[in-house]
Amino acid sequence: MVRLVYLARLRDALGSGGESVDLPGDVATVNALLAWLAGRGDAWARELAPGRAVRVAVNHDLAQAHTPIRAGDEVALFPPVTGG
Amino acid sequence: MSVRVQREEFDVAREIADLRAGNARIGAVAAFIGIVRDVNDGDDVRTLTLEHYPGMTEKALEVIVADARGRWDVFDVRIIHRVGTLAPTDPIVLVLVASAHRGDAFSACEFVMDYLKTRAPFWKKEATPQGERWVEARERDDDAAARW
Repeated sequence: MVRLVYLARLRDALGSGGESVDLPGDVATVNALLAWLAGRGDAWARELAPGRAVRVAVNHDLAQAHTPIRAGDEVALFPPVTGG
Repeated sequence: MSVRVQREEFDVAREIADLRAGNARIGAVAAFIGIVRDVNDGDDVRTLTLEHYPGMTEKALEVIVADARGRWDVFDVRIIHRVGTLAPTDPIVLVLVASAHRGDAFSACEFVMDYLKTRAPFWKKEATPQGERWVEARERDDDAAARW
């Protein structure tokens, strides 16, 4: 089980603040997760399409495309930050 | 605490006094205060709502403070960032840096803000007469962070 968190504009666009999911065995990196979620279609496909500016954090650390995802992780998806 | 995320307004004088805390080696304190403006991209801004990612935000700010301390000769760095709904003229963020000489304080303060704007998970939503909209990240903020 992996905890997914959607923040800011992405939460509005996806209509969800987060969910807990069991990932298929071959979904083990950030890139694979984004592709898997985009496979849901509609807003998911639109917002998570390759080239869209989506940032990902795994267990509160900014992640890269190849960062591994394991059971028990908290994975957050969000747009580029705009604080300060 | 060198890093705080809070709804309440901060007291700049009290924070500076606390940062200095009788350290007679401090010769310079640089302060940056970010403030809500009443206009953005040509539209009136009525309120600005700041969201963050509890847990990660504090961690990201701590990393930025540690990075600044490693790059410059500073005694202390403090970041206070507000969240929730703010109005024009309200302060959003305070960065304080205490050092022996002004050069380190100025540079570290600017570095902290440039990194904060591109690495700390905060997002702004502004209310305008046309409705609410999420503020888009700006490329020039990435350019500013990349020069360090």
